[in-house]
Amino acid sequence: MYNGGKIITGLVIFVLLVTIPVWYNRGTTARSAPELVMPTNAKSCVLPAEEMRAKHMQLLNVWRDEVVRTGDTTSIVVEGKAYPKSLQLNCMECHTSKVNFCDKCHDYSSVTPYCWDCHIAPVE
Amino acid sequence: MDKKRRNFLKIAGISTLAGLGATTGLGRLVGGAQSAVAATEEAATAEQGNAVKQNAGDTPCVNRYGMLIDVRKFREDLSLGERVVQACHQEHNVPNIPVKKDEIKWIWMTHYENAFPEQPHLYLDQTNVEFQLPILCNHCDNPPCVRVCPTKATFRDANGVVIMDFHRCIGCRFCMAACPYGSRSFNWSDPRPFLDDATMNKDFPTRTRGVVEKCNFCTERTRVGLQPACVEACGDTKAIVFGNLNDPDSEIRQMLKQHHTVQRNPSLGTFPSVFYIV
Repeated sequence: MYNGGKIITGLVIFVLLVTIPVWYNRGTTARSAPELVMPTNAKSCVLPAEEMRAKHMQLLNVWRDEVVRTGDTTSIVVEGKAYPKSLQLNCMECHTSKVNFCDKCHDYSSVTPYCWDCHIAPVE
Repeated sequence: MDKKRRNFLKIAGISTLAGLGATTGLGRLVGGAQSAVAATEEAATAEQGNAVKQNAGDTPCVNRYGMLIDVRKFREDLSLGERVVQACHQEHNVPNIPVKKDEIKWIWMTHYENAFPEQPHLYLDQTNVEFQLPILCNHCDNPPCVRVCPTKATFRDANGVVIMDFHRCIGCRFCMAACPYGSRSFNWSDPRPFLDDATMNKDFPTRTRGVVEKCNFCTERTRVGLQPACVEACGDTKAIVFGNLNDPDSEIRQMLKQHHTVQRNPSLGTFPSVFYIV
């Protein structure tokens, strides 16, 4: 191999640079999931917590299209309890705090949904 | 190869003739096919002719909600207009923006000559010169705004109401250019600073910067069996009557039968669903 020393040194420096985020955050709490304030007035949601965590955005989009575009405002009935298909009038009835619930994860995962540009968040 | 002028001219001549013959033959074939297609299309449009008059929207509507505004009642009670506008704008969190060119309006009071500019009158009667009447989105049966919307953000629902899906609106304002009644307003800035947190209707969203908005015939209220906010604000005066135009027994149809009513600029063929007793 010609210039083997230079190439290997270069490769080592390159790998170190690329892996900066991994070793820079070692031992810090940057990766721990945020603590959410859970509702006190309800024990269950329209879907199990696991599914809500993964799919709430798709669910809200489906609700939105059903209510706004097809005018289908029928409630979701889960275990005998009716939930209207509405973020502002249903979700926020239990999750009364946007700051301590929605924002926690959205900030953590660095997503900025535009729901609250129009929909009114509960007063905090 | 021996290239002689004589042979070259022969070949060229034959080629030209062959070419011309082929084009004409093809042209005739294609032309025949096209005229056949055109004929079937014409027949189809002729069949739809009546349907177009009845319902020109892209969705077949079971109901067609409409409004009958008795302008005489607004002349009798001068505060009624203000109350109606207030009720609507309060219900839908319509901001009160003082800059005229930025203002947002769902329903508002205007003079006869502005509401009916297609009926200019040199010697307009005194009442119509002095008094104002309410105007709002006409929820046309053939809405130009729906036709031009590139994202289908504005569409007709099953009740024939032209509504906005603000999630889809990209703020191109084609609909504002298309609407011949000026019923649409654009949010040039975030409307929230112009709304009072204390009096805001918490059950209805606001809008955001960069979307177009207009009257929605109180879809959120009629869905739960309530009358539109403006109709409710009129109380028992029957200054505004709301109902289903497709139902011959509805109150609005009975009223339309009894009174001479006008629509705003009907010659445009938009078939407005808002009628006026002037």
